[in-house]
Amino acid sequence: MEFFIQQTINGLTLGGIYALIALGYTMVYGIIQLINFAHGEFFAAGGYLGVILLSFLVSRGYLETHPWLCLGGSLVLAMAYCAALAMAVEKVAYKPLRFASRLSVLLSALGMSIFLQNGLMLTQGVYDKPYPSIFSHGNIEFGNITVSYLQIIILVATVSLLVLLNILVFKTRIGKAMRATAQDKVMTSLLGISSNRIISITFAIGAALAAAAGIMVGLYYGSVRYDMGFVPGIKAFAAAVLGGIGNITGAMLGGLIIGMVEIYGAGYISGQYKDVFAFIILIGVLYFRPTGIMGENIDDTRI
Amino acid sequence: MIPGSKHIWKKYAIAMIWLLVLLWPLLGIHADGTLTFSETWSVWIWIAGVLLGLLMLVLAHRSSTSRMVRAPVAIAMEKINRLGKVMPGKVWMVLIISVSLLFPFLTDRYAQDVAINVLVYVCLGLGLNIVVGLAGMLDLGYIAFYGVGAYTYALLSIHYQFSFWLSLPIAACFAAIAGCIIGYPTLRMRGDYLAIVTLGFGEIVRIILNNWMELTNGPNGILGINAPGLMLPQFSNGIGFEYIYLKKLHYLYYIVLLLCVFTVIAVHRLNFSRIGRAWEAIREDETVAELMGVNIFRLKLLAYAMGAVFGGLAGAFFAARMRFVSPESFTFIESAMVLAMVVLGGMGSIPGIILGAMALIVLPELFREVELYRMLAFGAAMTVMMLFRPKGLIPAKRVGTRSEEREG
Repeated sequence: MEFFIQQTINGLTLGGIYALIALGYTMVYGIIQLINFAHGEFFAAGGYLGVILLSFLVSRGYLETHPWLCLGGSLVLAMAYCAALAMAVEKVAYKPLRFASRLSVLLSALGMSIFLQNGLMLTQGVYDKPYPSIFSHGNIEFGNITVSYLQIIILVATVSLLVLLNILVFKTRIGKAMRATAQDKVMTSLLGISSNRIISITFAIGAALAAAAGIMVGLYYGSVRYDMGFVPGIKAFAAAVLGGIGNITGAMLGGLIIGMVEIYGAGYISGQYKDVFAFIILIGVLYFRPTGIMGENIDDTRI
Repeated sequence: MIPGSKHIWKKYAIAMIWLLVLLWPLLGIHADGTLTFSETWSVWIWIAGVLLGLLMLVLAHRSSTSRMVRAPVAIAMEKINRLGKVMPGKVWMVLIISVSLLFPFLTDRYAQDVAINVLVYVCLGLGLNIVVGLAGMLDLGYIAFYGVGAYTYALLSIHYQFSFWLSLPIAACFAAIAGCIIGYPTLRMRGDYLAIVTLGFGEIVRIILNNWMELTNGPNGILGINAPGLMLPQFSNGIGFEYIYLKKLHYLYYIVLLLCVFTVIAVHRLNFSRIGRAWEAIREDETVAELMGVNIFRLKLLAYAMGAVFGGLAGAFFAARMRFVSPESFTFIESAMVLAMVVLGGMGSIPGIILGAMALIVLPELFREVELYRMLAFGAAMTVMMLFRPKGLIPAKRVGTRSEEREG
């Protein structure tokens, strides 16, 4: 039982991270009906920006005097960086192909993804980059269950980001414009909303969330690697599909489920095959219930 | 100054500033607490200069200034084209065949090695072409079939001493079965869903190869695979037959050439058969194809299986040539590279794919010193191709416009 609770806590942490990445997929899909293949790379870039900024601050000695300020600042800067990166990617690889066939867009995004991954490798090196270990100390114990401070930080940050996103999408004018564009692009442009701008903003928001997830993964596992965006990218996509692609609440739920399944699967079935569980869920969902748990706005031709 | 160019310069300036902002944090902030600018500047000036040059070319192309250059080039091209028509196709055919047959006698080991690589990738590219180019289904896990073929021959050779020639059809069968297993659940999906699911399947195969220690020896791989062998008559002491292993590079070259020729002929025949037309109908519009009586279910599955067969054949050869297989050789990057060949050369076009494979293997060999930038260039090339020439270097002759494209 204690093992189960411990695994649940680990699963929630991982699931929250997947949920953050999955939101980017689902938002972009909701608005242009395309998968953003480069999304995993935004996640990796976020992780790298985090390690760059934090190790810079460590060597300047600021991290010991103001740890929280440094962490928050790095988080915000990395999110801003990835937002800028995503807007650039959108302008280069998606915008000129808005009316081209889906295969072309997919391939151009895939090319972008390979480009970014190798760009990261060339600028930052092939080897793992270690995160400063200042946040990884300390934990709370309830009996035999340990919850590290880091897990608490990640959970709190994830929940607050998710709440912020919900406010942004459902309570502000920009969110309203995004939802309208997702429903009907032509109509919203007739009403004076620039769909290009909204698509750009959507990419930026999704990438910012992925960047936050990247930093959290870096802190949690202690290091980042240039190709770290690939597998979490697919898993987060599985989460988005599981929740019903295009549906924001669904993506959060899907992320949690995928994270839990992965941790339980690794704990109870086999640790070596932990990456396979998410794929099996993805294939199963697409086969039996392509609309996912909460999705309904998919017409038949799109699958 | 031509009209509209002011707008272009403004765009260029914004893009370059944006690039600088994206580049500097990666290159300029160091872990030892220093901030530098020189490295970023040099990279940035380089990129900006190249893009500026390209932009100038485009502007010159649009305005009339380039006509002085273009007119003679057009005349020359015309002449070359006419020459091509004067020389019948058969002459070309004979030329290509004789060059490829004589190749090992004219070149050194290194060139042969590169040529073998090219031919293996031509097989892979043509196999993937059936799925992506003809049937229009984006498969990002294609390298899994290559892996299945390679491991099939490796295991048969290690445990049962099967010969290479007997293993080839078995490897092809196993790959086809794998193709059906992957194909079956994905038949109802289209476009990007299919891409992600095949990507997932490719990863699953790699993870299984990596973790099933008893069968595949995990990440350590399988060593000591036999090279292809052949019964050859020998006359040294009486007339008899001798079984020799064809380990020499030029034997391997001829084997892969044979495989490649077989693949080219098979894909060409498939392409211009009833089946090929049906695949192309599915690619152009699935719903219409179904209405016209094409059995979508069977043909899509067949496309997967046929694509996998050629992947499996190439994989078996790969195992026989390297005489070592490990899961390292079957990563997503390999899939992406094969896909890049198909895309670069032209989806659905056989000469295009051969050209694409040659370009993507030979060019990095020529620029050895910038080896690191290979994948970077691949990625960029893929995006640029889709932006400016989505049908590839040598476009296929029979390509329609998809219905959803026309709407836009």
